[in-house]
Amino acid sequence: MKGLIKNLAMLVLLVPCTVLAATAYRLDSSPHDVRDLVSLQAGARTYVNYCLGCHGVQFMRYKGLGEFGLTEAQIKENLLFGAEKVGEPMKVALDPKEAKAWFGVAPPDLSVVARSRGADWLYTYLRAFYRDPKTVTGWNNAVYANVAMPHALWTLQGEQGWDPKEHRLTVISKGSMSPTEYDATARDLVNFLVYVGEPAAANRKTIGIVVLFVLGVVFIFAYLLKKEYWKDVK
Amino acid sequence: MASRLQALWGWFDARMPSVAEQWKIHASEYYAPKNFNFWYFFGSLALLVLVIQIVSGIFLTMNYKPDAALAFGSVEYIMRDVPGGWIIRYIHSTGASAFFIVVYLHMFRAMLYGSYKEPRELIWIFGVLIYLTLMGEAFFGYLLPWGQMSYWGAQVIVNLFGTVPFIGPDLALWIRGDYVVSDATLNRFFALHVIALPLVLLGLVVAHILALHDVGSNNPDGVEIKKLKGPDGKPLDGIPFHPYYTVKDLAGAVVFLIIFCIVMFFVPEMGGYFLEHNNFIPADPLKTPEHIAPVWYFTPYYSVLRAVPPLFNSQFPGVLAMGVAVMILFFLPWLDRSPVKSIRYRGARYKSWLAAFVVVFVLLGYLGVKPTTVWGQFPDWPFLDTRDVATWVARICTIVYFLFFILMPWYTARDKVLPVPERVTV
Repeated sequence: MKGLIKNLAMLVLLVPCTVLAATAYRLDSSPHDVRDLVSLQAGARTYVNYCLGCHGVQFMRYKGLGEFGLTEAQIKENLLFGAEKVGEPMKVALDPKEAKAWFGVAPPDLSVVARSRGADWLYTYLRAFYRDPKTVTGWNNAVYANVAMPHALWTLQGEQGWDPKEHRLTVISKGSMSPTEYDATARDLVNFLVYVGEPAAANRKTIGIVVLFVLGVVFIFAYLLKKEYWKDVK
Repeated sequence: MASRLQALWGWFDARMPSVAEQWKIHASEYYAPKNFNFWYFFGSLALLVLVIQIVSGIFLTMNYKPDAALAFGSVEYIMRDVPGGWIIRYIHSTGASAFFIVVYLHMFRAMLYGSYKEPRELIWIFGVLIYLTLMGEAFFGYLLPWGQMSYWGAQVIVNLFGTVPFIGPDLALWIRGDYVVSDATLNRFFALHVIALPLVLLGLVVAHILALHDVGSNNPDGVEIKKLKGPDGKPLDGIPFHPYYTVKDLAGAVVFLIIFCIVMFFVPEMGGYFLEHNNFIPADPLKTPEHIAPVWYFTPYYSVLRAVPPLFNSQFPGVLAMGVAVMILFFLPWLDRSPVKSIRYRGARYKSWLAAFVVVFVLLGYLGVKPTTVWGQFPDWPFLDTRDVATWVARICTIVYFLFFILMPWYTARDKVLPVPERVTV
């Protein structure tokens, strides 16, 4: 009995310890908002300029960017670098075999990355690159240790270092953007990826409200019908 | 107009009177106890979900490609480029989980009110067969999106068959049709998912309902309403299924659909339980995910599997325990020796055991979705084969799970039961 109590006490005491021991880099809550069209447009621009060279979003068509309030002409002029027609999917021009030779792993398609990783992870990841001379690319990431990807946005963010004692990132040099501006860019990019992960999401909720309203009305009639029939059951 | 319709019906009825006859037998003159409560909605709801799954499944099949190179993309194609495709897909993915929720509650109802007891043993057996088929159906279907969890979940489960002594490796090979889960596996799982098992399921559902309508429904009091009949030969406590229960179940179905739509339209991933996050990563045979967990409805059994320690370097004892954990359900009607059916008139022993069973089932389910390290580790004591706290909790739960069944003949026979009334109470 004594042993049991001891075990239980141990259990209670150990739980928080193990939780602490397993602490990874804390994820920041992503401030994205898929209803913010300006942010989505900015995100698409950053994505096409900085990411699409290596990471396709092949399940998205350029045409779909029209949902952000862009005309086909605007899409063609500003965003259509890797394809001929707006109806084409946003594929990557990079040959996956060559990419594998260069990076050790082919950069994954990011169509549904927001659904597998989550927005918070992406938002933190994009802001957590730091200089690390031990890696092949010279970059590492606080969220994704030894990631094969170099910091694609470093000219914008500048360079960060890693303080292992304090378990936090430090600033080495400034980029072309202020930290606030860079956070906003990361936010727009995440916003874009969240949208691309599930383009139906915005519509989904609107339709859902209508469907629930209709079902609510149907329920009233169904309930009254049941009541009417059942009043003679004693 | 009305008379014309009547004439048409008369013409039809003269040529095929069995339609009207069956309608009488199964609806308008099927007498069901008048005291059905909340728990009695789940039978008709299970039927509703079956229809939802079949119809949404047909539409998915029109656009899905059972090809290892195309499957993942075709699901995303359905989600984006097929008009209304995302609705169909979410209906089907939400329906899969809803099916198990409804079926678990339906089975629990049987345990609450002793619905499996004489003379309804066959209904129960058909029901367990439906449950088994449903598990197979869900397992085969889960491979189809060809995500990481689809792939590795299938890999793990097929490998379970590989642990069977002597024939195991050949058995696993036969199931997969290849040395690993591959295109061949995907193709056959597709065939099994869209036609073979649905046919079996439909047949079993018909058998389940026919068997039910032959002996009549149980009720929350566990009273046989057929024993007391009025001068007209109809049970005193029975009411015709149609219109009374058709209208009642209709209202229940609408409430169910409201909950279903809340999930489908607002939280279709259900926090990663209905659609797992890792399943949005395309299947990669070279990259094993860190933590492989089946979908929530299998996790109680998955926990049992993980809880049983290997013997002679073989995982077979765990696999066996998992199999027995499901199969033992078949014997429930004969394990229960209680003279009463309903929990209302049972004693404290059965009530306590049933409560314990529910707790351990839920706990096993919870632990099954988590890694075994979820509750930390014990210190390094030499006599422990594993230090994971969760594994030990799962072991205790597994023992309680089996004791619930194994000890049932004794605790139900010795339980102090209350007198059962002559008629149902409303």
